[in-house]
Amino acid sequence: MSAPLLAVSGLSRSFGKLVVLSELDLSVEPRGIHAIIGPNGAGKTTFFNLVTGALSADAGHIRFDGSEIGDLPAYRRTALGICRTFQNIRLFGSMSVLENVLLGLHCRSRGGLLSPLLGVPFRRTSAETSARQRAEEILELVGLTPRAYQPATELPYGEQRRLEIARALASAPKLLLLDEPSAGMNTQETLELEGLILQVNRRDVTILLIEHKMSLVMKLSKVVTVLNFGQKIAEGSPTAVQRDPRVIEAYLGSE
Amino acid sequence: MLSDHTVSILIFAGIDVIMALSFYLPASAGQLSAGQGGFMALGAYTAAYLTVQHRVPFPLALAAGGLVGGLVGLAVGFPALRLRGLYLVLVTFGFGEVVRVLFLNAPAFGGPGGFAGIPPATTIWHVLGLLIVLVYFFTRLNGSRMGRAFAALRDDEAAAEAMGVNSTYVKLAAFTAGGVIAGLGGALYAHYTLFIDPEAFGVGRSLFVMLYAVFGGLSSFWGAVVGATILSVLPELLRWVKDWREIFYGLLVLAMMLVRPQGLLDTTLLARLSLRGERAAARG
Repeated sequence: MSAPLLAVSGLSRSFGKLVVLSELDLSVEPRGIHAIIGPNGAGKTTFFNLVTGALSADAGHIRFDGSEIGDLPAYRRTALGICRTFQNIRLFGSMSVLENVLLGLHCRSRGGLLSPLLGVPFRRTSAETSARQRAEEILELVGLTPRAYQPATELPYGEQRRLEIARALASAPKLLLLDEPSAGMNTQETLELEGLILQVNRRDVTILLIEHKMSLVMKLSKVVTVLNFGQKIAEGSPTAVQRDPRVIEAYLGSE
Repeated sequence: MLSDHTVSILIFAGIDVIMALSFYLPASAGQLSAGQGGFMALGAYTAAYLTVQHRVPFPLALAAGGLVGGLVGLAVGFPALRLRGLYLVLVTFGFGEVVRVLFLNAPAFGGPGGFAGIPPATTIWHVLGLLIVLVYFFTRLNGSRMGRAFAALRDDEAAAEAMGVNSTYVKLAAFTAGGVIAGLGGALYAHYTLFIDPEAFGVGRSLFVMLYAVFGGLSSFWGAVVGATILSVLPELLRWVKDWREIFYGLLVLAMMLVRPQGLLDTTLLARLSLRGERAAARG
């Protein structure tokens, strides 16, 4: 058994008196697809926010790739190899599809405020040229090449979700956190998404997935963690978790 | 050649464009500053003091004006890190007032009586030269890593951070660069008017600078260029506009909010213009 890529222990977070996550222990094995499921308000997105640094934890440790990252700001965690998509799509509205992906390359490229003044006039800098090449490759991967120069927020919903994944991929993550990537997608789009997630995973990107569509969870993930009221109530293979009485109770309520 | 009067109109318009760009730069990263007049004052007084009291050559004094503007911009950037929107506007507004009052009470800089005897040094070529550098800079910034980070921060700060943008660094850089540009503008201004007093850089100045950029449109730096040029030259062409400048500008803002809240140049218009340029290039 290899060392986990992500290991959180005793992770807690409250908003006022509301405990959203309480003493959560969770390990994500490298190169797998790990799903997190649970009823609304179970603390799934809060967990993502804590791992990516959008929120800070009240207590607990977050270890990524062998080092403690709990005190690092979000952008440093991205540089270390953690990136995410958002449940409510948050693309940059003033930018084109290509520019959104280029922004995702921010921590993998160079160039400060004065670099526009340097270099050969009227020619792209070499850093910019290579960034564009990389961005175009990623657009090719998610199938958005024909859309490159359209405003990002004018894309149909399903394509916006794929662009979010493309933007996150641009940061070359080791761990990709997908927050309900299939939300609002029809059957066809969900099928394409499934293919994309598998394709990304084959490139050695570990995937942590929040998802409500059980069919997708069953097909994709090797491990499923079930959260309810901020606590882990079950963990294991998709089929084992589905049979767990505590899980059934959480979803359907007890008699 | 051009008459002295025309040259003076062009120089003042050029300085207004420089100032509008100094507002636009942090604004393009979502940081609205109502204190650009303060940075302009710092640049003007620094450069003037150096040329008058220490006989420093003009180019060096100009650079010093930009440097002081930038350093103070960096300092103002720190409290600004925690503030957003209206609160940031208020704090930067307060900063501009603090600068004005400081110079009002500094005898070494002439106090309320102003600072006179500044040697004439600014020519149209200095102003034009700086403008060319700035236009070149902003054109290239558009398709650069930092330019995109600015836009991302303005669009959605949390998403930008999640994608690896160090928002602290980017905001401080934006404020610093805005301060440098305003400081340079102030230094040029002082060596053209040859007399400066604190009132020249007060709230009115800061608000006009803001208005120039907003009137032109904030979706591109061209908005600041066009807005400042029009609003700076118009009062010179139309006498009644000059006499009623404040009221005219006030009505203009009202009209703009009703008819074209996004400013003169919006993304649609810019796209159409650049498309036309590309077509022309393809034909030629």
